Amino acid sequence: MQMQPEFVEEARRQAEICNACRYCEGYCAVFPALQAERAFAEADLTQLANLCHNCRNCYHACQYTAPHEFDLNLPKALAELRHDSWDTFAWPGGLARAFQRSGTMIAVAFVLGFAALFLAARALPAEGEGFYAVLSHNAMVAIFAPAFLLPLASLSVSLRRYWAHVGGGRITLGHLRHAFGSAAKMRNLAGGHGDGCNFEEEDRFSQARRHAHTAVLVGFLLCFASTSSGTVLHYVFDAPAPYGFWSLPKLLGVPGGLLLGVGALWLAHLKLKADPELGAPRAWGGEMGFVLLLAFVAWSGLALWLLRDHAALPMILALHLGGVLAFFLLMPFTKMAHGFYRLAALVRDAQRREAS
Amino acid sequence: MTDTPDILVIGGGNAALCAAIEAAEAGARVLILEAAPKPYRGGNSRHTRNFRCMHDGPLSVLVDAYEEEEYVADLMKVTGGKTDEGLARLAIQSSQDCLPWMEAHGVRFQPSLSGTLSLARTNAFFMGGGKSLVNAYYRTVEALGVEVRYEAHVTHLELDGDCIARVDFDHEGQSHSLSPRAVVVASGGFQADRDWLARAWGPAAKNFLIRGTPYNRGVVLADLLGQGVASVGDPTQCHAVAIDGRAPLYDGGIVTRLDCVPFSIVVNNEGERFYDEGEDVWPKRYAIWGRLVAAQPDQVGHVIIDAKSINLFMPSVFPPLRADSIEELAGMMGLPAQKVAATVAEFNSACGDTSGFSPMELDGVTTTGLTPPKTNWARPITEPPFYGYSLKTGVTFTYLGLKVDERAQCATDRGPIRNLWAAGETMAGSILGQGYLAGFGMTIGTVFGRIAGKEAAAYANAA
Ligand SMILES: Cc1cc2nc3c(=O)[nH]c(=O)nc-3n(C[C@H](O)[C@H](O)[C@H](O)COP(=O)(O)OP(=O)(O)OC[C@H]3O[C@@H](n4cnc5c(N)ncnc54)[C@H](O)[C@@H]3O)c2cc1C
Ligand code: HEM
Ligand code: SF4
Ligand code: SF4
Repeated sequence: MQMQPEFVEEARRQAEICNACRYCEGYCAVFPALQAERAFAEADLTQLANLCHNCRNCYHACQYTAPHEFDLNLPKALAELRHDSWDTFAWPGGLARAFQRSGTMIAVAFVLGFAALFLAARALPAEGEGFYAVLSHNAMVAIFAPAFLLPLASLSVSLRRYWAHVGGGRITLGHLRHAFGSAAKMRNLAGGHGDGCNFEEEDRFSQARRHAHTAVLVGFLLCFASTSSGTVLHYVFDAPAPYGFWSLPKLLGVPGGLLLGVGALWLAHLKLKADPELGAPRAWGGEMGFVLLLAFVAWSGLALWLLRDHAALPMILALHLGGVLAFFLLMPFTKMAHGFYRLAALVRDAQRREAS
Repeated sequence: MTDTPDILVIGGGNAALCAAIEAAEAGARVLILEAAPKPYRGGNSRHTRNFRCMHDGPLSVLVDAYEEEEYVADLMKVTGGKTDEGLARLAIQSSQDCLPWMEAHGVRFQPSLSGTLSLARTNAFFMGGGKSLVNAYYRTVEALGVEVRYEAHVTHLELDGDCIARVDFDHEGQSHSLSPRAVVVASGGFQADRDWLARAWGPAAKNFLIRGTPYNRGVVLADLLGQGVASVGDPTQCHAVAIDGRAPLYDGGIVTRLDCVPFSIVVNNEGERFYDEGEDVWPKRYAIWGRLVAAQPDQVGHVIIDAKSINLFMPSVFPPLRADSIEELAGMMGLPAQKVAATVAEFNSACGDTSGFSPMELDGVTTTGLTPPKTNWARPITEPPFYGYSLKTGVTFTYLGLKVDERAQCATDRGPIRNLWAAGETMAGSILGQGYLAGFGMTIGTVFGRIAGKEAAAYANAA
């Protein structure tokens, strides 16, 4: 697996300067890992890139940013390499190149997903009440089971490639505890001192991105748990949808949808304020498309519940499920992959810390 | 142009910002004039990493205690007694209160950086380094309503009797004048004016590199001294260290440091050794080598090490030259190959038993019968590949400054100037007459910046 040489070279050049300086070592996990090396192999740099949370603190603290001739911009160098690594490890690769970069491509996928469901709803026989009066349970399963499992298979290929590339070892419970602990607290967006990161307004520290991300993450997990609980109710307890408000799927899904919906819009808002030149500019569109897709899935899901007796329900259902379909199918090829790679990088970092 | 401020602060580094914060918190209207554009604001302060802080017990990230007498003794050692003990004790005693004050104004500390364990007890490190400190202070002054003007070069302070009557500055291609009630000068030394440096030190200074900002050109310092304001410090001296010869002319900062000298031999342009490379651990010899190199032809030294030593020091920012033989390396360095080979051979044959080699401490592994000797870490240079670095003199700061009293007030021989205070590098010569104590520059700037700001505000508020 080969990354694009210009991204590797630029990350290496900057890492060497940081290694001679080290002023930023308190900010995040990247610097201790960086400082453990003397020369940077491509795999070392890939791991650093996936460990970096793009908090940008090291950019604003750096005395060597442009116009200085050293032209330091570590968040950007690592973001470019990170995106390139996702392109490189994705399977099939070409799809990642398309969707990581382009919000338009994500929108096209969404429209296709919507059209597919719309047609399915018209063509396939319906049975039951609520949504199932629009599209039968069996039809939904027939569409979504592969749409969920195929991307997972693709992601597992990618993660294996990543793991082999960075030389990961046997994973223990301790490594996982460290990685999930870091992700749950978004420790690397806390800035080392706990004041947060420099995302939306130059060198001002703020917790906004960290909290917005936590809302998205928790919201997403709640939504996922809601769907899973529905599946269990359906198959194990023979209790099909629709569920009342005081049921597990709703009690998980409504707050989950709200958190996801608010969090995603918040992230999109922050992203509009942030300087694209401190990330991977060419991936901006794809990232924004992904955030908006998440927001759309959340809000259309909530609309389904609020407008459950409305005449527009079939339309909204097709829109919502079209969004969900696009989201799942694109999982390995959009920003969604970041969660998997970043977890892998955190696990790898736990191994490095243990060994040192 | 906005209205005339109560207090004009000249400079945009640590001392200036501390003064502006104190003055604004005392209710004065403050204007900061900073010569640098925004991306380069903060002078040499943006390159720093820590400040030296007295503490009677554990304090924030600082462990154990570092008491006044030990601190004073450390200062006496490096200055050889060339200090104003009263001012020095004031700086040292006040440093303890500064740390929590800095935290309250947005500075964040961290335990000493990896590789600087020796400073863990005495020096508090800024998380993210000096530029993050400067950023935090600019956020603080903004919130206090202080106006900051970048690319504003102060050219003249009109001294009228015992009072600064007017301040002239250039901004956006135009000349302006203001008559504030009080003025704080915090515009650093003159080391970035290479002509002045050459006049003071001699023509060799033309080959020196400036480790910090290009904006500290001593314009205000020269202007005030020219009007008879009292000065302090040796006008011919600067603090200089040996750094990587490929460093940029200005603003190379910390990364141009080279720590490999103790494990090397160093030759001059003629291929000859000129000093004991193993005299002491490197942090203690860093500054001496700045002077040694300055005394060599073309003010340059060449470091030669071999493969067995390449991993013994902190990585440096520029990769070394690398060759399979000494002659080839000498050729790459533009040195007389035969001569260098002979110097290396002579050194190698003067090395003895190296079994006691220990990179982290004075190991007594020495040469015999060689002049100059290498008295520690003397291992023959035999194992290819061979590596080469060049050394040049890097100037940190100049010693000449404005003489102040314990209220940071400036004076002429007729007595104090009623409305002029100075802080930071520009008055540090009062306390640091020679040598340097790591982290003391920021201590002086913080302590006297705060004093100057308070005094100036008290004066302006009373007027
Ligand atoms: C590479 C390096 C590393 C260092 N590391 C440390 C360290 O770790 N700890 C430590 O204590 N000290 C360190 N020092 C020393 C330290 O930088 C100084 O002691 C300290 O920054 C002085 O602060 P200051 O505010 O007086 O000056 P500066 O921070 O240099 O500020 C001077 C300001 O005046 C402005 N200025 C100059 N002329 C004019 C003019 N005519 N008009 C308007 N503005 C003007 C400049 O632009 C600048 O903003 C280091 C120095 C260097 C070069
Ligand atoms: C579980 C491990 C996860 C980790 C460690 C993680 C980490 C991060 C980090 C560091 C960022 C900011 C840097 C960047 O933009 O690349 C980010 C952005 C984001 N994450 Fe996550 N994430 C995880 C899971 C998730 C999940 C499950 C979701 C939602 C389904 C999600 C949604 C987002 C979104 C929408 C952004 C904002 C993108 C942007 O601003 O461009 N993340 N994540
Ligand atoms: S980002 Fe800049 S300040 Fe931070 S470690 Fe790297 S070179 Fe140093
Ligand atoms: S952007 Fe933040 S997370 Fe990334 S290297 Fe810099 S400080 Fe670390």
